[in-house]
Amino acid sequence: MSQVAETGTAVVSPTRSGPRLARLRDFALLPVIAVLFVVGALVDRAFATTDNVLNVLQSQTELGLLVLAETLVLIAGRFDLSLEATIGLGPALGVLVPAWLHLSAGWSIPICLLVGVLVGVVNGLLIVKFRLSAFVLTLGMLVAGHGLVIAFTKGASIFKLPASFTYAGSAVWGRVPVSVWICAVLFAAGIVALGFLRHGRALYAIGGNVDAARAAGIRTDRVLIVGYVIAGLLAALAGLLYSGHYGSVTASQGNQMIFQVFAAAVIGGVSLDGGKGTIFGALCGLIVLGLIQNILTFAGVPAEWFQAINGVIIILALVLSRLVSGKAQD
Amino acid sequence: MTEPVASAVAVTKRYGNTAALTDVTLAVRAGESHALVGRNGAGKSTLVSVLTGLQAPDGGEVRFGGGPAPPLGDRAAWRRLVACVYQKSTIIPTLSVAENLYLNRQTDRGLISWRRLRTDARVVLGEWGLAVDPARPAGDLNVEQRQMLEIARALSHGARFIILDEPTAQLDGAAIQRLFRRLHGLREQGVTFLYISHHLDEIYEVCQAVTVLRDGRRVVTAPVGELPRPRLVEAMTGEAQGLTGTAAGRPAVREDAPVALKLQGLRLPGTYEAVHLTVRAGEVVGLAGGGASGALEVGETIVGLRTAREGTVEVAGRSVKAGSVPEAIAAGVGFVPHDRHASGFVPTLSVAENATLSIADRLGRFGWVGPGRRRALAERYIRDLDITTDGPQQPVSGLSGGNQQKVVMARALSGEPRVLVLLNPTAGVDVRSKESLLGIVDAAAAAGAAVLVVSDELDDLRGCDRVAVMFRGRMAGEYRRGWPDHGLVAAMEGVSGEPGR
Ligand SMILES: Nc1ncnc2c1ncn2[C@@H]1O[C@H](COP(=O)(O)OP(=O)(O)OP(=O)(O)O)[C@@H](O)[C@H]1O
Ligand SMILES: [Mg+2]
Repeated sequence: MSQVAETGTAVVSPTRSGPRLARLRDFALLPVIAVLFVVGALVDRAFATTDNVLNVLQSQTELGLLVLAETLVLIAGRFDLSLEATIGLGPALGVLVPAWLHLSAGWSIPICLLVGVLVGVVNGLLIVKFRLSAFVLTLGMLVAGHGLVIAFTKGASIFKLPASFTYAGSAVWGRVPVSVWICAVLFAAGIVALGFLRHGRALYAIGGNVDAARAAGIRTDRVLIVGYVIAGLLAALAGLLYSGHYGSVTASQGNQMIFQVFAAAVIGGVSLDGGKGTIFGALCGLIVLGLIQNILTFAGVPAEWFQAINGVIIILALVLSRLVSGKAQD
Repeated sequence: MTEPVASAVAVTKRYGNTAALTDVTLAVRAGESHALVGRNGAGKSTLVSVLTGLQAPDGGEVRFGGGPAPPLGDRAAWRRLVACVYQKSTIIPTLSVAENLYLNRQTDRGLISWRRLRTDARVVLGEWGLAVDPARPAGDLNVEQRQMLEIARALSHGARFIILDEPTAQLDGAAIQRLFRRLHGLREQGVTFLYISHHLDEIYEVCQAVTVLRDGRRVVTAPVGELPRPRLVEAMTGEAQGLTGTAAGRPAVREDAPVALKLQGLRLPGTYEAVHLTVRAGEVVGLAGGGASGALEVGETIVGLRTAREGTVEVAGRSVKAGSVPEAIAAGVGFVPHDRHASGFVPTLSVAENATLSIADRLGRFGWVGPGRRRALAERYIRDLDITTDGPQQPVSGLSGGNQQKVVMARALSGEPRVLVLLNPTAGVDVRSKESLLGIVDAAAAAGAAVLVVSDELDDLRGCDRVAVMFRGRMAGEYRRGWPDHGLVAAMEGVSGEPGR
């Protein structure tokens, strides 16, 4: 008669405890990463060297920060496409504004980051307070942001960057690039914040059911706006690393990166419907994408085929993660 | 006289053109259980959202224990004063049970200790007799478990006043009894209740005072003893005539009427076994059974929401492809799902669109949906089913709970189905509308449809020609019209009586 008791006993049985299962799902991509390593090592001896691994990691740092940013927003059930523009707009203004205003080069980094914050504030306020569609608004911001970079730089790349500006993206601490350190620290912070802080969990609650979150006393508007601001800030920081890495600010900086960002997040198990996924998962998705691309380079795929193959990779990785995790993607 | 625990003073609330509440005054006294009743759309849930600080009233005010209510922004203060189980679930399915229980207070400061959270949750769940693993996603819980989780969470903030908005609408008989035992225990500890339900017998069982709302206005407040059932219904409907009761006016089904629905040897391990059932055209058959009986699951199997491991479902002599709702609909099955929020309607679409969702192809050719015909059809259903709405173009999300259920019913009827499967069709529907809904089911049967009513509510089953009872996944007897209530209830609870004739 008591349905509760019946289902209850089935559930409490120690063989099927919930947390272990959940954690297992989180680690679903680790075997894939291991297999990719073996494949890579078979393709080329140089693959499995420390130098190459560090190279892969460094090449993924800028993308990685965008993935981190996007994951925050996606978990809260929203979108941010404008990250791709901020990665260019931040550094461009960071370099140009001090020149226009005759400020010292020391202003470059603060201005770059400030641009990210401002983009986040505009996104957040318009989406939350004005109830605009997050997808279309940030799409507009994306187009406008790219356009502004072209207008400000007159379409030309900027090569004269202050040394302080390129430091983070180019320096190396004990063999490991500074950008990798930064990325590692921020991902760790993200994992802790979303796993163990009340405000981080609030993102999940909002993405899961906004009304329920509000009824529980979560200041949903505020949390969302702060989420967008942090995302913008991370994108600007990614821009800083990008410019340091390549020694320039190009007019097309960041173009098309947003596809990879979404791909990594979804491959890593983050739901576009909100409320589901982890930063660790997104990180795994990012690494899977990076490894596949690296293996293709080693396999000698001609450069003109890269974009087409990139698209195929995304789809393949998506299928792979669906098979491995057994979870429907949405 | 003591100050009321909570009161609404001349509260007014509008949604656009709809006046949901007009000048409503309500005082709930310490220690009493106060019923709030009214037809679908009368404003009950709106009053709840004002009383719990989710919405500011347009006029009037809310007071607690003689003092003014806290500012709307201070949710913590509200939750200490009033706990609430809302009509619409506020459980977040993607989060764990433990996290739902401690939503937004997982920790006072610093890092969350998941281990401690789970341990604490296990204690609280234990107190509520809820034997579920706190680490599981709340989405895995069944309806009763979710409901208990909501109540446990609501009360864990220390409030001594709790509002329950239709807590029994989705529960089966045994679960309702368990809930009542808990409420009784809480009342002995001095907890005050505001209780909303469309089951009027519950009002008399649980409450001391009752307030009736009609069209957003308070009609009467009285001790339940002074308002016997006919007077209560009269106050709700504003009509002197009482309930007519679904008379068995339909002629008996002829023995040679064709079999419209035939279940043969359905088996889904752990859920149901050896289910055989036939329903003839024009016949109304009940499939009775509570939560663990498997009756609901059998119903869901017929309409394609579940797939049986073995056995077949035949509609009009042809077997239906298992596990596909479109196939079931194409075969001539119309249905009302159990959980309207999960699979009943598309909240953002209009009443007209929802009502005609499964027959869009019949409204026009080549995927073109004729707006005129859709509108006409929707207007007919709004009239027939007595749906309180601004009009066919209103999004279903803006309707009251019971009226949403009627829209789902309209959708089921719209295809003029050969077989109509109704899973708890009157959940959350008010007494008068319940009658008109069941009347429409009757009419559909009279017009030749075979109807299967899956429910454990006697009111739903009353109009059936036959009732098959399920218990623990097996058929436990069949009753013909004229069955004694107590026999049926006993069979549903597994206390085997003689299957009567
Ligand atoms: N969010 C909303 N937007 C527009 N109208 C609304 C909204 N919520 C409620 N209404 C309207 O306010 C009126 C009162 O609705 P309410 O939900 O309070 O009814 P109820 O008494 O709880 O009914 P039920 O028994 O069906 O749950 C209804 O006419 C409904 O259509
Ligand atoms: Mg209601």
